[in-house]
Amino acid sequence: MTLVVGIDIGSTYTKAVMLDESRDVRATAIRRSGYKPASAAAAVYEDLFANASVSRAEVTYIATSGYGRYMVPFRHTQITELTCHALATIYHFPQVRTILDIGGQDIKAIRIDERGRVRAFRLNDKCAAGTGAFLEKTARYLGLTTADIGPYALRSTMPVEISSVCAVFAESEVINHLSTGVAPEDIIQGAISALAGRAVQLMKRVGLEQDFALAGGMTQNAAMVAAIAARLAAPLNLPPQGLGQFNGAFGAALLGLRRVERLLAEGHEIPPPGSDGPVQTTRRWSLFVQAAQEPAVAAGPKPLKMLR
Amino acid sequence: MEYVAGIDVGSTQAKGVILDEHGAMVAQALLDMETNMGTAAETVFRSVLAEAQLNVDDIVFTVATGYGRYRVTFGDLQVTEISCHARGALAEFPATRTVLDIGGQDTKAIRIGDAGEVTDFAMNDKCAAGTGRFLGAASFALELPLSELGPLALKSTKPVKITTTCTVFAETEIIGHLAKGHLPQDVLMGMHHSIATRCASLVRRVGLAPEITFTGGVSRNQAMVALLQEVLGTPLNVSGQAQFMGAIGAGLYALDHARAGHPQRREEAVR
Repeated sequence: MTLVVGIDIGSTYTKAVMLDESRDVRATAIRRSGYKPASAAAAVYEDLFANASVSRAEVTYIATSGYGRYMVPFRHTQITELTCHALATIYHFPQVRTILDIGGQDIKAIRIDERGRVRAFRLNDKCAAGTGAFLEKTARYLGLTTADIGPYALRSTMPVEISSVCAVFAESEVINHLSTGVAPEDIIQGAISALAGRAVQLMKRVGLEQDFALAGGMTQNAAMVAAIAARLAAPLNLPPQGLGQFNGAFGAALLGLRRVERLLAEGHEIPPPGSDGPVQTTRRWSLFVQAAQEPAVAAGPKPLKMLR
Repeated sequence: MEYVAGIDVGSTQAKGVILDEHGAMVAQALLDMETNMGTAAETVFRSVLAEAQLNVDDIVFTVATGYGRYRVTFGDLQVTEISCHARGALAEFPATRTVLDIGGQDTKAIRIGDAGEVTDFAMNDKCAAGTGRFLGAASFALELPLSELGPLALKSTKPVKITTTCTVFAETEIIGHLAKGHLPQDVLMGMHHSIATRCASLVRRVGLAPEITFTGGVSRNQAMVALLQEVLGTPLNVSGQAQFMGAIGAGLYALDHARAGHPQRREEAVR
């Protein structure tokens, strides 16, 4: 049996997914990243074994992703979250070309091609206004938990406009609305609509090519999904089996599995964790080669152009 | 004896002053902002009246300014805070050509011409970075009152570089630095640095011309004054009444109108 683990260490949550050789999810685990992402990653890895009845020795390969991907000493390899989201999405939905990932402290719009290769992306990690933090903060002023947001917002009948861009200034606006008797659900729906507007703006900057998919914790928020779909005037594909928040970790595990299959097919041993294994002879975007050991002739695809 | 009032309804505090017919301040009052800006303005007006031992009828003209000036129901006139800050700063430091006002939720740089008129201004009111709220985040994360931030920051020997722009993320970054073992004063000095750099670039947008007067609540912070002087490369005028500059400016405008004999909107005055 081959078991591969993908760990996505995000700014707010650390997620882990365990896949077997038939690409079935054997276990998932999630924890807050906190201030020591490395220990969150170790903890979430342990959680997998509590959730699936397998032992650590049965895990063949570990791939990490997310902003903390270099902080995990027991990894085999690390992959950027853009690649992971792209691969996981194309695996579930071959027709998707634009992915939106709303994280706790950043938001990404990714355009991919029919093979799941990243063609363009835009990222906002400078300002909380367009990220999950905006909604989290607004909810906190209203005394709601993040899980409450979706169900609460769906009850809204007359959403108010939240005109502040800054998440900090939105606080005064929320308090003002509350003092004038606006219902909390109408305020939170206003915040959702503001965030959806900013998200779609980011997607426009990578081209808005259909179909669309949403990844990240926001997939659990029905009001948010509806608000984005309404702005796009098109449906949003959500990863199945509640894997929305695990999309990055799932992608990392998928890529890890592909790597394992290739190594085994070429008759290599699976290297111990902490090393990146034998050198790949061809340079492909999905195969990870240590820069220092790269072959001299690398006739790979053109490097990605990062949009500014 | 006749008096005028200036009320400055800011984002975090409401300020009120009463000036006599010579423009001298006879009373001042300051109130943390309430949810309802209108009632906050009224409360601060009542307390400044009580402070001066006057009643409403003694006030011949009232000017309201600040972000909540249109919520002041009893004012005779509204004047923008840009004009009022410039006026207040000029009254105390006549050679002022640039005013930097760092308030609770916005930062303003105002350029004043030789005749004392406002020639240009730049404002940061869309984003909390570089405003008093950035220090508010530090105060929250470090669990220290605002008044202790400056003195503690001055004890720093190895300031930490704060890399996030967003106030929301800065709060997380502060806690992260503390978790890594950095001293609170070093993290705090980093926060002060971040604000000073942002405010200095706002000042440069209107053109830095001496003398510079630093107003607003944040000007009471010694570390901030020292850093801004360093970044701007010039000494700053700081008034002991820096928080009241806007209200004093409003009071002086009220005095102009009173002297010109402009009628008061008596029917709307607070009784």
